[in-house]
Order: sequence, then C-alpha cells, then structure tokens
Amino acid sequence: MSILVNENTKVLCQGITGSAGSFHSKQMLDYGTKLVGGVTPGKGGTDFEGKVPVFNTVADAVKQTGANTSVIFVPPPFAADSIMEAADAGVSLIITITEGIPVLDMVRAKRYLQGKPGVRLIGPNCPGVITPGAKCKIGIMPGHIHKAGRIGVVSRSGTLTYEAVHQLTQLGLGQSTAVGIGGDPVNGTDFVDVLKLFNADPDTDAVIMIGEIGGSAEELGAEYVAREFTKPIAGFIAGQSAPPGKRMGHAGAIISGGKGTATEKIKAMEAAGILMAASPAELGTTLQAAVKRGPQKR
Amino acid sequence: MKIHEYQGKEIFRKYGVPTPKGILALSPNEAEAAAKELGTSVVVVKAQIHAGGRGKGGGVKLAKSPAEAKELAKQMLGMMLKTIQTGPEGTKVHKVYIEEGLAIGQELYLGVTLDRVTSRVTFMASREGGVEIEEVAEKHPEKILRETVDPAVGFLDFQGRNLAFGLGLTGPTVNKFAQFCTALYKMFIETDASLVEINPLVILKDGGVVALDAKVTFDENALYRHKDLLNYRDLAEEDARETQAKEWDLAYIALEGNIGCMVNGAGLAMATMDTIKLVGGSPANFLDVGGGASKEKVTAAFKLILADPAVKAVLVNIFGGIMKCDVIADGIIAAAKEVQLKVPLIVRLEGTNVEQGKELLRNSGLAITPADNLRQAAEKAVAALK
Repeated sequence: MSILVNENTKVLCQGITGSAGSFHSKQMLDYGTKLVGGVTPGKGGTDFEGKVPVFNTVADAVKQTGANTSVIFVPPPFAADSIMEAADAGVSLIITITEGIPVLDMVRAKRYLQGKPGVRLIGPNCPGVITPGAKCKIGIMPGHIHKAGRIGVVSRSGTLTYEAVHQLTQLGLGQSTAVGIGGDPVNGTDFVDVLKLFNADPDTDAVIMIGEIGGSAEELGAEYVAREFTKPIAGFIAGQSAPPGKRMGHAGAIISGGKGTATEKIKAMEAAGILMAASPAELGTTLQAAVKRGPQKR
Repeated sequence: MKIHEYQGKEIFRKYGVPTPKGILALSPNEAEAAAKELGTSVVVVKAQIHAGGRGKGGGVKLAKSPAEAKELAKQMLGMMLKTIQTGPEGTKVHKVYIEEGLAIGQELYLGVTLDRVTSRVTFMASREGGVEIEEVAEKHPEKILRETVDPAVGFLDFQGRNLAFGLGLTGPTVNKFAQFCTALYKMFIETDASLVEINPLVILKDGGVVALDAKVTFDENALYRHKDLLNYRDLAEEDARETQAKEWDLAYIALEGNIGCMVNGAGLAMATMDTIKLVGGSPANFLDVGGGASKEKVTAAFKLILADPAVKAVLVNIFGGIMKCDVIADGIIAAAKEVQLKVPLIVRLEGTNVEQGKELLRNSGLAITPADNLRQAAEKAVAALK
C-alpha cells in the first residue's frame, strides 16, 4: 500500500536529544510514527518524553527494539559516521535529514554502503519519507498537509514537496508515499530507484516528480520513465532562471560547465512523456491532467 | 570557496605538485622586482581574479624584460578584467602574479572533481589543453579521458599510467605524470577540495610535468575542519551581500532584476524566481530564509533585500508547514515595521492557518498586498512596479 515505509516500520532517531532531533521526534510521535528508540552517545539509559528509550549505540538500539529504520538528525561533522554506524548495525532504511555534510564524507559513506547489500540510504539534506495511510512520518515534513491516497511524490526539494502535497490534498488527491531524495550532490536513493518502487507498487496510481538544476539525476530518471514506467506521471523543474556557476541554496543545485540546466532537464522529461508543470502553482492540476491522459504509452 | 591561482599553487607545492616559480606583486614596482628575481628571459604577468578565461580577456601576458613586466602590471592592476566568467562589468584586478617563463612542449588539461553519477572523485584529462574544456566536452566528449577513484584505495598508479598513455605521453614523462596525479589526489582529499582544474598542465621540452595554472575550489561544508584554508578567502572577490547573508545563515544570490524575493526553502525559492520570469518580471535575488522563517531571519532577509538599490518591490512566498501562517505573518509584519519598508510588499502565504495569516496582513496597517497563489503573487509584484 506504499513504498519504503509502512505500519511495520520501527524507527530509531539518531541525534534524538539534539534540538532538531527532539523537536521532530515529538512531531513524529504525535503523527503516529512507531518511534521505538533514540541514539545519543553518552546518554544511553535515559528516555525521551518518558516513553522512548535512548541508547549509546545503534547496535544496542537495534538489539533492544528491533528497529528497521533510522532517521538521522546528527550535526554535519558526525553525520556520515552515523550513517555508517546505522548500516553496520543492520538498519535497512537510513533516512538522513542533516544538511551540510562534507561531500567527501558522503563519498566515503556511499562506498561503505556498497558493502552492505540490503541497506538503503535516503538523503542527506532531505525532508524524509511519509506514508500517510500508515501514519508513518519519518522526517521534518508537516504531517497534517498530507492525506492518505494513491499518488506517489518524489522530489529533490523540501518546501516544494510540501507545495505539491498541499495542492494534491486540496484537489482531493491523497498520497501513497512522498519521498524527499535531498538536494546534495551525493545522495543515496535517486529518482530512478524511487520511480521503480512506485512503478511496482499496486497502490500507487500516478506519480509527480520534482527536480531542480544541477547534476543529471532527472535525465536518468527520464530515461528510466521512457524505458519502463507505466503510470501517469507529471513533473516540474525548479531553477529555470538560475544563473550558471552559483549554488542555489542546495549544495547540489548548481549549473556547472553548462551542464545541469533546467532547460535540458525539462526537454529530457518531456521527451520521456512526463507532463511538465509550467509553474509551481500548477503542480496538482498538472498531475490531474496526467492522470486524465492515462498510462504511459510505449 | 574559490581561491586565487597563486594560492592554489602554494598548496600544490606543499603536496609536491610541480609548479613554475612565481612571486605575487601588488604594485608595478613589485612586479619589476619579481621579474628580476626570477631572472628568466621571459616572465608571465598574470592577473589574479577568481574567474577563469583570463588569457582571452587580456589578463595573462608575456614580458621580455623586468621593465616590460612593470609596464604590464601597471596596465593590469586596477583594471576591470572582463572574461566569459566575470559578467559584463568585469572584476577589478588587485594583484598580479609574476611567473618564470618555461620551455613548453605540450599543453594538456587535467581536472579533478566529483562525478555525481558514480558519487566518486574523477580525474578528467585531455590533449586539448589551454582551451575551453566545456567546449571540448560538448563537441568531442571522446577526447576527454576519465579515471574514477575508489575512495577505499585512493588514486592508483595504473590509473595515472592509463591517463598518461591515453594522452600520448612517452618515456619517463609517463611516470612523472602518474606521480603528479597521485600528489594532486592527496591534496584534493586532504583539503576537501570540490574542484581542481589545471588548464593548461604542461609537458616541458625536458619531459617535466608542471601545473601552469591552478583553479581550486573548496567544499564550504568542510571548511570547519580546515581553519588554515580560511586565510585564503579573498572577500574582495565575493559579493558583499552574499558574504553578509552567510553571517545570518541565509542563502542569498544577487541577480540583475528589481523584484526582491524572500522564500522558505531552496527549491521553492528557485521556483518563485522562475514564476516571476514567467509572468514577465525579473527577480533581484535568490533568498532562502530556511524552513522555519523565524522573525529574526525574516528581518535580516528584509535588510539584505533592501540593501540592493535596484529593488522596487518585494515578494514574500512562504509555505507554512510546521510553523503556522499566522505566526509567520506576525513575523513579517514586525520585520516590515522594523526596517520601515517603503517599497510595495506582496505576500503569499500557504499552509496551516492561512486565513488567519492573511487577516493579520490585511489589518496590519502596512501596505501589504496579500496574494492567493504564487502566480498571482508574481503578477501583483510585476504590476506594483508600474
């Protein structure tokens, strides 16, 4: 009934005692997420909000709680280490919210994950993953704008994802799962991975894909859509007016050497049969139009 | 963070990456003295600005005597150097670098950067040195050789040889080139560089391998562990407002239009700029106030936007998620009062408690135009300019 996370997802929060970690852990608990433990080295044996046990290591936490997913709020200098610790402890889904992790730390962490088959990383620098139908919110997105339903959302941006979700909800279109893959140049799960999962999910009817300038993840996503994707799909790319050579807030949002422009991405996505929204005010209605148009032809 | 060529070469030398001898000069007299000290029959006078393409813009010239070096330095210092990377107004030259002349046999290109598709550091090399590498990549991608580095083992000797033979190098130069690459990789990793470009890398007539240029950029997110590199920061080369924005923890990029933008979230901020363009306006800036959009940040953001004299209207676009719209509206009103806003302010709020938020804006006594959606907000901002 969803991808990545569902009612069986048992979540650990790494960095649960920090300011962002504790604020959002509370929000996750309120939404209904099964937050079973937290990790802060040195604070093992205490508890969070009187109900969530805190452990010194992820290995301990996994042993004691049976958690299968971790959400990371650890500050940038220590975040890559936290990702690798979670992978080593056997956590299968690692969702990293932290923004500002040094790129070479992520290069090493990703290499480490290659030796851990069955471990999936989402992010870093992302809002997280939510499956409204399972009351499972893992990350920093506002839960109440979501509604259970059958539209998949995948995006590189945070607030632009909320914008899309909000518009869908206003139109009465609920979401199966919304996934933020993050705005960094090195991230775990990309558009292709998420689109494959949505394509195979019997409870997702259509998908909206939101990208931005920089890199070629959207082009690779578009290639996959042209090749195998069967469901109606709408898209949007942010940054058509962005100047080259400037990082637009996200570390990965930069046009360099003439590559990674919005124009190229829009062209590739349109050629793959993705219905593109002209402005962010039309994300929801464009998805509706894509649904009306029907499944991808090939 | 970008640094100057002479600084990049200083770091190269620390890591054993060969460079020509060179001396920094801040005045024509210093340039003359430097040329004398170097003592070669020809020296090169190179303007030090962060932008590339200096040669074509007249920022790199040969001098056949110390007197000529002095004269060239006099011309360059203080000039507005225009290159394809500086924009139409150019960048003022404050420093020149005087470098020994070398007997150059061949000019090559070598670049090291992150390959986003593989998430690994990649070496790129081409025989087409000294020219626009982007152009080579576009027209003849097959002319660019690549070696991707496994971070578990680092750059390997055979990868250096692969590149060297691929470039057509022969004899002892092959190993010299491989050693050059190994030293460069060590430097790249240990300084948390995000880009190192050597264009041209030269093969001397005697077979030596030397970095004739050095374009080095560091990962801003890693600077906390490289305090020494912070000394290389040249604020004269950076946009003053962008530097100020960093102090307030805001992401700001100055643009050429007249509609100031304040948005929460980078993606939404870009999308807001796009929408302004779409309806016929022109954004003055990119500005991400962060997910929360607190009153303090909104105030700082207003100050930053209004410091740009070109700004004739301000568009605020906030998606209130966890923070509710009425709280954000309060923040906007307080900030607008504090900075005594005089240009039209168009506010588009969306999210929780949006109606209360709009009500607060309407009753604020300030000239705030609320908008129902982003397109309408952009249209109202454009209309407000007339």
